[in-house]
Amino acid sequence: MTLFLQQLVNGLSLGSIFALVALGYTMVYGIIKLINFAHGDIYMVGAYIGYMAITSLKVGLFPAIIIAMITCAVLGVVIEKIAYKPLRNASRITSLITAIGVSLLLEYVMMYFMGAGVRTFPDVMDKTKIEFAGLSITSAQLLILGTTLLLMLLLQFIVKKTKIGKAMRAVSVDADAARLMGINVDRTISYTFAIGSALAGAAGVLVGVYYNTISPLMGVTPGLKAFIAAVFGGIGVIPGAMFGGLFIGVAETMVGVYWSSLIKDAVVYIILILILLIKPSGILGKNVKEKV
Amino acid sequence: MLKIENLNIKYGAIHAIKGIDLEVHEGEIVTLIGANGAGKSSILRAISGLVKASEGTISFMGNSLNKVSAQNIMKMGISQVPEGRHIFSGMTVLENLELGAYQRKDKEGIRKDLQAVYERFPILEKRSRQDAATLSGGEQQMLAMGRALMAKPKLLLLDEPSMGLAPILVREIFSIIEDIHKQGTTVLLVEQNARMALSVADRAYVLETGKVVMSGTGKELAASEDVQKAYLGG
Ligand SMILES: Nc1ncnc2c1ncn2[C@@H]1O[C@H](COP(=O)(O)OP(=O)(O)O)[C@@H](O)[C@H]1O
Ligand SMILES: [Mg+2]
Repeated sequence: MTLFLQQLVNGLSLGSIFALVALGYTMVYGIIKLINFAHGDIYMVGAYIGYMAITSLKVGLFPAIIIAMITCAVLGVVIEKIAYKPLRNASRITSLITAIGVSLLLEYVMMYFMGAGVRTFPDVMDKTKIEFAGLSITSAQLLILGTTLLLMLLLQFIVKKTKIGKAMRAVSVDADAARLMGINVDRTISYTFAIGSALAGAAGVLVGVYYNTISPLMGVTPGLKAFIAAVFGGIGVIPGAMFGGLFIGVAETMVGVYWSSLIKDAVVYIILILILLIKPSGILGKNVKEKV
Repeated sequence: MLKIENLNIKYGAIHAIKGIDLEVHEGEIVTLIGANGAGKSSILRAISGLVKASEGTISFMGNSLNKVSAQNIMKMGISQVPEGRHIFSGMTVLENLELGAYQRKDKEGIRKDLQAVYERFPILEKRSRQDAATLSGGEQQMLAMGRALMAKPKLLLLDEPSMGLAPILVREIFSIIEDIHKQGTTVLLVEQNARMALSVADRAYVLETGKVVMSGTGKELAASEDVQKAYLGG
Protein backbone atom coordinates (compact mmCIF):
# COMPACT_ATOMS: atom_id res chain seq x y z
CA MET A 1 0.00 0.00 0.00
CA THR A 2 2.80 2.38 0.88
CA LEU A 3 4.54 1.50 -2.37
CA PHE A 4 1.35 2.18 -4.25
CA LEU A 5 0.88 5.58 -2.58
CA GLN A 6 4.52 6.39 -3.18
CA GLN A 7 4.15 5.59 -6.86
CA LEU A 8 0.95 7.60 -6.95
CA VAL A 9 2.89 10.66 -5.79
CA ASN A 10 5.58 9.98 -8.39
CA GLY A 11 2.95 9.46 -11.06
CA LEU A 12 1.10 12.63 -10.19
CA SER A 13 4.35 14.61 -10.38
CA LEU A 14 5.09 13.29 -13.84
CA GLY A 15 1.44 13.67 -14.76
CA SER A 16 1.48 17.33 -13.71
CA ILE A 17 4.08 17.98 -16.37
CA PHE A 18 1.97 16.21 -18.99
CA ALA A 19 -1.09 18.10 -17.84
CA LEU A 20 0.56 21.51 -18.14
CA VAL A 21 1.67 20.70 -21.68
CA ALA A 22 -1.63 19.03 -22.58
CA LEU A 23 -3.50 22.22 -21.67
CA GLY A 24 -1.76 24.10 -24.45
CA TYR A 25 -2.61 21.42 -26.98
CA THR A 26 -6.21 21.39 -25.96
CA MET A 27 -6.70 25.16 -25.79
CA VAL A 28 -5.16 25.74 -29.20
CA TYR A 29 -7.13 22.88 -30.68
CA GLY A 30 -10.29 24.24 -29.09
CA ILE A 31 -9.90 27.63 -30.65
CA ILE A 32 -8.44 27.00 -34.13
CA LYS A 33 -8.78 23.22 -34.51
CA LEU A 34 -5.04 22.88 -35.01
CA ILE A 35 -2.92 20.21 -33.42
CA ASN A 36 0.09 22.32 -32.67
CA PHE A 37 2.85 19.77 -32.95
CA ALA A 38 5.41 22.43 -32.11
CA HIS A 39 3.95 22.67 -28.62
CA GLY A 40 6.30 20.06 -27.12
CA ASP A 41 9.20 22.14 -28.38
CA ILE A 42 7.87 25.25 -26.68
CA TYR A 43 8.21 23.24 -23.50
CA MET A 44 11.80 22.45 -24.46
CA VAL A 45 12.48 26.14 -25.10
CA GLY A 46 10.99 26.89 -21.68
CA ALA A 47 13.48 24.50 -20.08
CA TYR A 48 16.40 26.21 -21.84
CA ILE A 49 15.17 29.69 -20.98
CA GLY A 50 14.91 28.60 -17.34
CA TYR A 51 18.41 27.16 -17.58
CA MET A 52 19.82 30.37 -19.02
CA ALA A 53 17.97 32.55 -16.56
CA ILE A 54 19.47 30.61 -13.66
CA THR A 55 22.99 30.19 -15.03
CA SER A 56 23.49 33.51 -16.84
CA LEU A 57 21.13 35.92 -15.12
CA LYS A 58 21.68 34.22 -11.77
CA VAL A 59 18.08 34.51 -10.80
CA GLY A 60 16.31 32.16 -8.45
CA LEU A 61 13.94 29.38 -9.43
CA PHE A 62 10.69 31.29 -9.29
CA PRO A 63 11.89 34.26 -11.31
CA ALA A 64 13.29 31.73 -13.79
CA ILE A 65 9.88 30.11 -14.13
CA ILE A 66 8.27 33.50 -14.72
CA ILE A 67 10.89 34.47 -17.31
CA ALA A 68 10.42 31.16 -19.11
CA MET A 69 6.65 31.59 -19.09
CA ILE A 70 6.82 35.10 -20.52
CA THR A 71 9.37 34.16 -23.18
CA CYS A 72 7.35 31.13 -24.24
CA ALA A 73 4.16 33.18 -24.33
CA VAL A 74 5.79 35.64 -26.73
CA LEU A 75 7.27 32.79 -28.77
CA GLY A 76 3.88 31.09 -29.03
CA VAL A 77 2.20 34.30 -30.20
CA VAL A 78 4.92 34.98 -32.78
CA ILE A 79 4.73 31.42 -34.14
CA GLU A 80 0.96 31.72 -34.48
CA LYS A 81 1.20 35.05 -36.29
CA ILE A 82 3.94 33.99 -38.68
CA ALA A 83 3.26 30.32 -39.31
CA TYR A 84 -0.38 29.53 -38.58
CA LYS A 85 -2.39 32.69 -39.13
CA PRO A 86 -1.73 32.86 -42.90
CA LEU A 87 -3.09 29.30 -43.10
CA ARG A 88 -6.28 29.95 -41.15
CA ASN A 89 -8.45 29.09 -44.15
CA ALA A 90 -6.18 26.42 -45.57
CA SER A 91 -6.84 22.70 -45.18
CA ARG A 92 -6.04 21.12 -41.84
CA ILE A 93 -3.30 18.96 -43.27
CA THR A 94 -1.46 22.07 -44.48
CA SER A 95 -1.45 23.55 -40.98
CA LEU A 96 -0.47 20.22 -39.49
CA ILE A 97 2.55 19.88 -41.75
CA THR A 98 3.48 23.49 -40.97
CA ALA A 99 3.31 22.70 -37.26
CA ILE A 100 5.68 19.78 -37.74
CA GLY A 101 7.98 22.14 -39.65
CA VAL A 102 7.91 24.65 -36.81
CA SER A 103 8.67 21.84 -34.38
CA LEU A 104 11.78 20.80 -36.32
CA LEU A 105 12.85 24.42 -36.69
CA LEU A 106 12.73 25.00 -32.94
CA GLU A 107 14.66 21.81 -32.26
CA TYR A 108 17.42 22.53 -34.73
CA VAL A 109 17.74 26.22 -33.93
CA MET A 110 18.19 25.21 -30.31
CA MET A 111 20.83 22.64 -31.31
CA TYR A 112 22.62 25.27 -33.34
CA PHE A 113 22.88 27.68 -30.45
CA MET A 114 23.09 25.35 -27.46
CA GLY A 115 24.55 22.17 -28.96
CA ALA A 116 22.83 18.86 -29.47
CA GLY A 117 24.06 17.36 -26.24
CA VAL A 118 22.40 17.00 -22.89
CA ARG A 119 22.97 19.77 -20.39
CA THR A 120 22.76 19.50 -16.64
CA PHE A 121 20.14 21.71 -15.14
CA PRO A 122 21.62 23.72 -12.27
CA ASP A 123 20.86 22.62 -8.74
CA VAL A 124 18.47 25.20 -7.48
CA MET A 125 16.71 23.21 -4.83
CA ASP A 126 18.10 21.42 -1.87
CA LYS A 127 17.13 17.83 -2.40
CA THR A 128 15.42 17.37 0.88
CA LYS A 129 12.96 14.61 1.26
CA ILE A 130 9.89 15.00 3.30
CA GLU A 131 8.93 11.82 5.06
CA PHE A 132 5.27 11.54 5.65
CA ALA A 133 3.33 8.45 6.68
CA GLY A 134 5.99 6.21 5.19
CA LEU A 135 6.03 8.17 1.94
CA SER A 136 8.96 10.19 0.83
CA ILE A 137 8.21 13.26 -1.21
CA THR A 138 11.07 15.23 -2.66
CA SER A 139 11.05 18.99 -2.59
CA ALA A 140 11.11 18.94 -6.40
CA GLN A 141 7.91 16.93 -6.41
CA LEU A 142 6.29 19.35 -4.01
CA LEU A 143 7.39 22.18 -6.27
CA ILE A 144 5.87 20.51 -9.32
CA LEU A 145 2.62 19.60 -7.63
CA GLY A 146 2.27 23.01 -6.00
CA THR A 147 3.13 25.03 -9.09
CA THR A 148 0.85 22.94 -11.28
CA LEU A 149 -2.04 23.28 -8.88
CA LEU A 150 -1.53 27.03 -8.70
CA LEU A 151 -1.33 27.42 -12.47
CA MET A 152 -4.42 25.29 -13.00
CA LEU A 153 -6.44 27.31 -10.53
CA LEU A 154 -5.23 30.48 -12.23
CA LEU A 155 -6.18 29.09 -15.62
CA GLN A 156 -9.64 28.08 -14.40
CA PHE A 157 -10.12 31.57 -13.05
CA ILE A 158 -9.03 33.18 -16.31
CA VAL A 159 -11.21 30.94 -18.45
CA LYS A 160 -14.31 31.05 -16.26
CA LYS A 161 -14.30 34.54 -14.83
CA THR A 162 -12.39 37.00 -16.95
CA LYS A 163 -13.51 38.73 -20.10
CA ILE A 164 -10.67 37.30 -22.13
CA GLY A 165 -11.50 33.81 -20.89
CA LYS A 166 -15.12 34.22 -21.91
CA ALA A 167 -13.98 35.49 -25.29
CA MET A 168 -11.76 32.41 -25.65
CA ARG A 169 -14.67 30.11 -24.95
CA ALA A 170 -16.96 32.04 -27.29
CA VAL A 171 -14.46 31.90 -30.15
CA SER A 172 -13.98 28.17 -29.55
CA VAL A 173 -17.71 27.58 -29.89
CA ASP A 174 -18.42 29.86 -32.84
CA ALA A 175 -15.90 32.34 -34.22
CA ASP A 176 -18.33 34.24 -36.45
CA ALA A 177 -20.88 34.63 -33.68
CA ALA A 178 -18.03 35.87 -31.47
CA ARG A 179 -17.20 38.49 -34.09
CA LEU A 180 -20.80 39.62 -33.97
CA MET A 181 -20.36 40.21 -30.23
CA GLY A 182 -17.52 42.57 -31.03
CA ILE A 183 -14.84 40.10 -29.95
CA ASN A 184 -11.49 40.53 -31.65
CA VAL A 185 -10.94 36.96 -32.78
CA ASP A 186 -7.31 37.38 -33.82
CA ARG A 187 -6.38 38.86 -30.50
CA THR A 188 -8.26 36.13 -28.65
CA ILE A 189 -6.33 33.48 -30.57
CA SER A 190 -3.09 35.24 -29.63
CA TYR A 191 -4.04 35.18 -25.95
CA THR A 192 -4.79 31.48 -26.23
CA PHE A 193 -1.36 30.77 -27.69
CA ALA A 194 0.24 32.97 -25.05
CA ILE A 195 -1.43 31.20 -22.15
CA GLY A 196 -0.90 27.69 -23.54
CA SER A 197 2.75 28.39 -24.31
CA ALA A 198 3.37 29.96 -20.91
CA LEU A 199 2.08 26.80 -19.23
CA ALA A 200 4.41 24.69 -21.38
CA GLY A 201 7.30 27.00 -20.50
CA ALA A 202 6.65 26.52 -16.80
CA ALA A 203 6.49 22.75 -17.32
CA GLY A 204 9.86 22.87 -19.08
CA VAL A 205 11.57 24.52 -16.12
CA LEU A 206 9.88 22.16 -13.67
CA VAL A 207 11.03 19.13 -15.58
CA GLY A 208 14.57 20.51 -15.65
CA VAL A 209 14.48 20.73 -11.88
CA TYR A 210 12.95 17.27 -11.57
CA TYR A 211 15.19 15.30 -13.92
CA ASN A 212 18.26 17.57 -13.86
CA THR A 213 18.87 17.26 -17.57
CA ILE A 214 17.63 19.11 -20.64
CA SER A 215 18.25 18.60 -24.34
CA PRO A 216 16.93 20.04 -27.62
CA LEU A 217 14.89 16.90 -28.28
CA MET A 218 13.50 16.63 -24.77
CA GLY A 219 10.10 17.90 -25.94
CA VAL A 220 9.40 15.18 -28.45
CA THR A 221 8.23 12.30 -26.29
CA PRO A 222 6.57 14.31 -23.48
CA GLY A 223 4.93 16.41 -26.21
CA LEU A 224 3.47 13.32 -27.78
CA LYS A 225 2.35 11.97 -24.42
CA ALA A 226 0.79 15.29 -23.50
CA PHE A 227 -1.03 15.26 -26.81
CA ILE A 228 -2.31 11.78 -26.02
CA ALA A 229 -3.34 13.03 -22.60
CA ALA A 230 -5.31 15.83 -24.25
CA VAL A 231 -7.04 13.38 -26.59
CA PHE A 232 -7.69 11.01 -23.70
CA GLY A 233 -9.33 13.71 -21.61
CA GLY A 234 -11.20 15.12 -24.60
CA ILE A 235 -9.39 17.47 -26.92
CA GLY A 236 -10.66 21.02 -26.60
CA VAL A 237 -11.85 20.37 -23.03
CA ILE A 238 -9.69 22.05 -20.39
CA PRO A 239 -10.52 19.83 -17.38
CA GLY A 240 -10.01 16.90 -19.75
CA ALA A 241 -6.41 17.90 -20.37
CA MET A 242 -5.77 18.22 -16.63
CA PHE A 243 -7.31 14.84 -15.94
CA GLY A 244 -5.72 13.20 -18.97
CA GLY A 245 -2.23 14.44 -18.06
CA LEU A 246 -2.45 13.18 -14.50
CA PHE A 247 -3.94 9.87 -15.64
CA ILE A 248 -1.21 9.23 -18.22
CA GLY A 249 1.48 10.14 -15.70
CA VAL A 250 0.10 7.78 -13.07
CA ALA A 251 -0.54 4.97 -15.57
CA GLU A 252 2.96 5.19 -16.97
CA THR A 253 4.53 5.20 -13.51
CA MET A 254 2.44 2.32 -12.21
CA VAL A 255 3.12 0.15 -15.24
CA GLY A 256 6.82 0.90 -14.91
CA VAL A 257 6.83 -0.24 -11.30
CA TYR A 258 4.39 -3.12 -11.22
CA TRP A 259 4.98 -4.51 -14.64
CA SER A 260 8.02 -3.54 -16.62
CA SER A 261 9.67 -0.25 -17.28
CA LEU A 262 10.32 -1.47 -20.82
CA ILE A 263 6.68 -1.24 -21.77
CA LYS A 264 5.63 1.88 -19.90
CA ASP A 265 5.82 3.98 -23.06
CA ALA A 266 3.87 1.40 -25.02
CA VAL A 267 1.08 1.59 -22.46
CA VAL A 268 0.57 5.27 -23.25
CA TYR A 269 0.07 4.49 -26.93
CA ILE A 270 -2.24 1.62 -26.08
CA ILE A 271 -4.31 4.07 -24.06
CA LEU A 272 -4.51 6.30 -27.13
CA ILE A 273 -5.66 3.46 -29.34
CA LEU A 274 -8.25 2.30 -26.79
CA ILE A 275 -9.73 5.74 -26.29
CA LEU A 276 -9.93 6.32 -30.02
CA LEU A 277 -11.76 3.01 -30.41
CA ILE A 278 -14.08 3.34 -27.43
CA LYS A 279 -14.75 7.04 -26.95
CA PRO A 280 -13.00 9.17 -29.57
CA SER A 281 -14.29 12.38 -28.04
CA GLY A 282 -12.33 11.59 -24.87
CA ILE A 283 -13.29 10.85 -21.28
CA LEU A 284 -14.67 14.33 -20.55
CA GLY A 285 -15.49 15.22 -24.14
CA LYS A 286 -19.05 15.59 -25.28
CA ASN A 287 -20.21 13.50 -28.18
CA VAL A 288 -21.05 16.49 -30.34
CA LYS A 289 -21.45 16.15 -34.02
CA GLU A 290 -18.95 18.20 -35.92
CA LYS A 291 -20.48 21.35 -37.33
CA VAL A 292 -20.42 21.66 -41.08
CA MET B 1 -28.91 55.69 -41.37
CA LEU B 2 -27.74 52.68 -43.39
CA LYS B 3 -27.03 53.12 -47.06
CA ILE B 4 -25.95 50.36 -49.41
CA GLU B 5 -24.94 51.21 -52.96
CA ASN B 6 -24.14 48.83 -55.77
CA LEU B 7 -23.20 46.04 -53.37
CA ASN B 8 -21.60 43.00 -54.98
CA ILE B 9 -20.55 39.87 -53.11
CA LYS B 10 -18.66 36.96 -54.60
CA TYR B 11 -17.81 33.61 -53.09
CA GLY B 12 -15.13 32.41 -55.46
CA ALA B 13 -16.92 31.89 -58.73
CA ILE B 14 -20.39 32.35 -57.21
CA HIS B 15 -21.67 35.88 -57.73
CA ALA B 16 -24.15 35.91 -54.83
CA ILE B 17 -25.10 39.60 -54.71
CA LYS B 18 -25.22 41.52 -57.96
CA GLY B 19 -25.34 45.25 -57.46
CA ILE B 20 -27.85 46.02 -54.74
CA ASP B 21 -29.03 49.41 -53.47
CA LEU B 22 -30.78 49.49 -50.15
CA GLU B 23 -31.49 52.08 -47.52
CA VAL B 24 -32.70 52.04 -43.94
CA HIS B 25 -33.75 55.32 -42.33
CA GLU B 26 -33.53 55.94 -38.64
CA GLY B 27 -36.63 54.71 -36.83
CA GLU B 28 -37.82 52.36 -39.55
CA ILE B 29 -38.48 48.66 -39.72
CA VAL B 30 -37.30 47.58 -43.14
CA THR B 31 -37.69 44.03 -44.31
CA LEU B 32 -35.83 42.08 -46.91
CA ILE B 33 -37.75 39.10 -48.19
CA GLY B 34 -36.75 36.42 -50.64
CA ALA B 35 -36.53 32.71 -51.16
CA ASN B 36 -33.83 30.47 -49.78
CA GLY B 37 -30.52 31.25 -51.47
CA ALA B 38 -31.58 34.68 -52.73
CA GLY B 39 -28.71 36.30 -50.86
CA LYS B 40 -30.40 37.78 -47.79
CA SER B 41 -27.91 36.47 -45.25
CA SER B 42 -25.00 37.52 -47.43
CA ILE B 43 -26.19 41.12 -47.29
CA LEU B 44 -26.48 41.06 -43.51
CA ARG B 45 -23.08 39.42 -43.20
CA ALA B 46 -21.59 42.13 -45.37
CA ILE B 47 -23.16 44.85 -43.22
CA SER B 48 -21.70 43.24 -40.09
CA GLY B 49 -18.29 42.88 -41.69
CA LEU B 50 -18.23 39.08 -41.75
CA VAL B 51 -17.86 39.03 -45.54
CA LYS B 52 -16.23 41.71 -47.64
CA ALA B 53 -17.97 43.36 -50.55
CA SER B 54 -16.20 42.80 -53.85
CA GLU B 55 -17.70 46.05 -55.11
CA GLY B 56 -19.94 48.82 -53.85
CA THR B 57 -20.25 50.70 -50.59
CA ILE B 58 -21.99 50.25 -47.28
CA SER B 59 -22.21 53.27 -45.03
CA PHE B 60 -23.70 53.76 -41.59
CA MET B 61 -24.55 57.24 -40.27
CA GLY B 62 -22.32 58.73 -42.91
CA ASN B 63 -19.28 56.49 -42.29
CA SER B 64 -18.15 53.88 -44.77
CA LEU B 65 -18.07 50.37 -43.31
CA ASN B 66 -16.11 48.79 -46.15
CA LYS B 67 -12.76 48.83 -44.39
CA VAL B 68 -14.05 48.52 -40.83
CA SER B 69 -13.58 45.26 -38.89
CA ALA B 70 -16.54 43.30 -37.58
CA GLN B 71 -15.83 44.23 -33.98
CA ASN B 72 -15.71 47.92 -34.77
CA ILE B 73 -18.90 47.78 -36.82
CA MET B 74 -20.62 46.35 -33.79
CA LYS B 75 -19.08 49.12 -31.70
CA MET B 76 -20.60 51.69 -34.07
CA GLY B 77 -24.04 50.39 -33.11
CA ILE B 78 -24.98 47.57 -35.45
CA SER B 79 -25.89 44.23 -33.88
CA GLN B 80 -26.95 41.12 -35.70
CA VAL B 81 -29.05 38.16 -34.66
CA PRO B 82 -27.72 35.60 -37.12
CA GLU B 83 -29.69 32.98 -38.96
CA GLY B 84 -29.88 29.82 -36.87
CA ARG B 85 -29.37 31.79 -33.60
CA HIS B 86 -25.71 30.82 -33.09
CA ILE B 87 -25.92 30.97 -29.34
CA PHE B 88 -22.80 29.88 -27.48
CA SER B 89 -23.43 26.32 -26.35
CA GLY B 90 -21.54 25.16 -23.29
CA MET B 91 -21.92 28.63 -21.81
CA THR B 92 -24.76 29.68 -19.55
CA VAL B 93 -27.63 31.88 -20.64
CA LEU B 94 -26.23 34.66 -18.48
CA GLU B 95 -22.76 34.31 -20.00
CA ASN B 96 -24.30 34.51 -23.45
CA LEU B 97 -26.04 37.73 -22.51
CA GLU B 98 -22.86 39.14 -20.99
CA LEU B 99 -21.03 38.43 -24.22
CA GLY B 100 -23.56 40.63 -25.96
CA ALA B 101 -22.23 43.50 -23.87
CA TYR B 102 -18.61 42.53 -24.52
CA GLN B 103 -17.72 45.92 -25.97
CA ARG B 104 -19.32 47.93 -23.22
CA LYS B 105 -17.60 49.26 -20.14
CA ASP B 106 -20.51 50.93 -18.31
CA LYS B 107 -21.20 48.35 -15.60
CA GLU B 108 -24.28 50.15 -14.34
CA GLY B 109 -25.78 50.43 -17.82
CA ILE B 110 -25.07 46.77 -18.52
CA ARG B 111 -26.83 45.77 -15.31
CA LYS B 112 -29.86 47.85 -16.25
CA ASP B 113 -30.01 46.44 -19.76
CA LEU B 114 -29.72 42.91 -18.41
CA GLN B 115 -32.73 43.67 -16.22
CA ALA B 116 -34.57 45.04 -19.25
CA VAL B 117 -33.76 41.91 -21.27
CA TYR B 118 -35.01 39.75 -18.40
CA GLU B 119 -38.22 41.76 -18.29
CA ARG B 120 -38.71 41.33 -22.00
CA PHE B 121 -37.84 37.63 -21.90
CA PRO B 122 -38.69 36.35 -18.41
CA ILE B 123 -37.81 32.80 -19.43
CA LEU B 124 -34.17 33.84 -19.81
CA GLU B 125 -33.99 34.93 -16.20
CA LYS B 126 -35.41 31.58 -15.09
CA ARG B 127 -32.84 29.78 -17.19
CA SER B 128 -29.94 32.14 -16.53
CA ARG B 129 -27.62 29.52 -14.97
CA GLN B 130 -28.47 26.85 -17.52
CA ASP B 131 -26.33 25.80 -20.47
CA ALA B 132 -27.71 27.76 -23.42
CA ALA B 133 -27.68 24.59 -25.53
CA THR B 134 -30.45 23.14 -23.36
CA LEU B 135 -32.95 25.85 -24.38
CA SER B 136 -35.73 25.14 -26.86
CA GLY B 137 -35.64 26.72 -30.32
CA GLY B 138 -37.91 29.59 -29.34
CA GLU B 139 -35.95 30.25 -26.17
CA GLN B 140 -32.70 30.21 -28.12
CA GLN B 141 -34.15 32.79 -30.50
CA MET B 142 -35.04 34.96 -27.52
CA LEU B 143 -31.56 34.49 -26.13
CA ALA B 144 -30.00 35.49 -29.44
CA MET B 145 -32.19 38.59 -29.53
CA GLY B 146 -31.53 39.44 -25.90
CA ARG B 147 -27.82 39.00 -26.48
CA ALA B 148 -27.92 41.42 -29.41
CA LEU B 149 -29.90 43.94 -27.35
CA MET B 150 -27.25 43.83 -24.61
CA ALA B 151 -25.03 45.77 -26.99
CA LYS B 152 -27.61 48.58 -27.06
CA PRO B 153 -27.63 48.71 -30.87
CA LYS B 154 -28.86 51.63 -32.92
CA LEU B 155 -29.56 49.27 -35.79
CA LEU B 156 -30.65 45.68 -35.20
CA LEU B 157 -30.22 43.14 -38.00
CA LEU B 158 -32.44 40.08 -37.68
CA ASP B 159 -31.88 37.10 -39.94
CA GLU B 160 -34.96 34.88 -40.18
CA PRO B 161 -35.96 35.09 -36.53
CA SER B 162 -39.09 33.01 -37.18
CA MET B 163 -37.25 30.11 -38.76
CA GLY B 164 -38.34 26.74 -37.41
CA LEU B 165 -40.73 28.15 -34.81
CA ALA B 166 -44.33 27.14 -34.16
CA PRO B 167 -46.88 29.73 -35.38
CA ILE B 168 -47.71 30.93 -31.89
CA LEU B 169 -44.04 31.57 -31.19
CA VAL B 170 -43.65 33.33 -34.53
CA ARG B 171 -46.36 35.77 -33.51
CA GLU B 172 -44.70 36.29 -30.16
CA ILE B 173 -41.32 36.96 -31.76
CA PHE B 174 -42.84 39.46 -34.17
CA SER B 175 -44.64 41.30 -31.44
CA ILE B 176 -41.34 41.53 -29.57
CA ILE B 177 -39.68 42.90 -32.70
CA GLU B 178 -42.36 45.58 -32.97
CA ASP B 179 -41.89 46.35 -29.33
CA ILE B 180 -38.11 46.70 -29.65
CA HIS B 181 -38.71 48.99 -32.60
CA LYS B 182 -41.20 51.12 -30.68
CA GLN B 183 -38.60 51.66 -27.99
CA GLY B 184 -36.33 53.32 -30.50
CA THR B 185 -34.23 50.68 -32.25
CA THR B 186 -34.12 50.73 -36.04
CA VAL B 187 -34.64 47.24 -37.48
CA LEU B 188 -33.59 45.51 -40.68
CA LEU B 189 -35.50 42.26 -40.80
CA VAL B 190 -34.71 39.40 -43.15
CA GLU B 191 -37.50 36.88 -43.58
CA GLN B 192 -38.87 34.10 -45.69
CA ASN B 193 -42.14 34.47 -43.80
CA ALA B 194 -43.20 37.34 -46.07
CA ARG B 195 -46.70 37.73 -44.68
CA MET B 196 -45.57 38.43 -41.14
CA ALA B 197 -42.61 40.51 -42.24
CA LEU B 198 -44.65 42.75 -44.53
CA SER B 199 -47.27 43.26 -41.86
CA VAL B 200 -44.78 44.89 -39.48
CA ALA B 201 -42.50 46.64 -41.99
CA ASP B 202 -42.50 50.30 -42.98
CA ARG B 203 -40.71 49.46 -46.18
CA ALA B 204 -39.65 46.27 -47.89
CA TYR B 205 -37.32 44.94 -50.56
CA VAL B 206 -37.83 41.74 -52.48
CA LEU B 207 -34.67 39.88 -53.36
CA GLU B 208 -34.31 37.28 -56.09
CA THR B 209 -31.01 35.57 -56.93
CA GLY B 210 -28.88 38.44 -55.75
CA LYS B 211 -30.93 41.31 -57.16
CA VAL B 212 -33.62 43.57 -55.74
CA VAL B 213 -36.65 42.95 -57.95
CA MET B 214 -39.18 45.07 -56.07
CA SER B 215 -39.34 47.58 -53.29
CA GLY B 216 -41.96 49.75 -51.64
CA THR B 217 -43.89 50.18 -48.44
CA GLY B 218 -44.94 47.08 -46.56
CA LYS B 219 -48.57 47.69 -47.52
CA GLU B 220 -47.79 48.20 -51.20
CA LEU B 221 -45.85 44.99 -51.46
CA ALA B 222 -48.37 42.99 -49.47
CA ALA B 223 -51.00 44.16 -51.95
CA SER B 224 -48.90 43.51 -55.05
CA GLU B 225 -50.03 40.63 -57.19
CA ASP B 226 -46.51 39.45 -57.98
CA VAL B 227 -45.58 39.31 -54.33
CA GLN B 228 -48.79 37.54 -53.46
CA LYS B 229 -48.14 34.91 -56.09
CA ALA B 230 -44.52 34.33 -55.24
CA TYR B 231 -44.42 34.77 -51.48
CA LEU B 232 -47.87 34.83 -49.97
CA GLY B 233 -49.16 31.64 -51.46
CA GLY B 234 -51.79 33.09 -53.75
N1 LIG C 1 -19.68 30.84 -47.62
C1 LIG C 1 -20.23 30.65 -48.84
N2 LIG C 1 -19.49 30.08 -49.82
C2 LIG C 1 -20.01 29.87 -51.05
N3 LIG C 1 -21.25 30.22 -51.40
C3 LIG C 1 -22.02 30.80 -50.48
C4 LIG C 1 -21.55 31.04 -49.14
N4 LIG C 1 -22.53 31.62 -48.44
C5 LIG C 1 -23.57 31.74 -49.29
N5 LIG C 1 -23.27 31.25 -50.51
C6 LIG C 1 -24.15 31.23 -51.70
O1 LIG C 1 -24.63 32.54 -51.90
C7 LIG C 1 -26.00 32.52 -52.24
C8 LIG C 1 -26.78 33.36 -51.26
O2 LIG C 1 -26.79 32.71 -50.00
P1 LIG C 1 -27.43 33.39 -48.70
O3 LIG C 1 -26.93 34.76 -48.60
O4 LIG C 1 -27.18 32.49 -47.56
O5 LIG C 1 -28.96 33.40 -49.08
P2 LIG C 1 -30.26 33.45 -48.16
O6 LIG C 1 -29.87 33.96 -46.83
O7 LIG C 1 -31.18 34.37 -48.89
O8 LIG C 1 -30.79 32.07 -48.10
C9 LIG C 1 -26.42 31.06 -52.29
O9 LIG C 1 -26.35 30.62 -53.62
C10 LIG C 1 -25.39 30.37 -51.45
O10 LIG C 1 -25.19 29.05 -51.90
MG1 LIG D 1 -30.14 33.10 -45.06
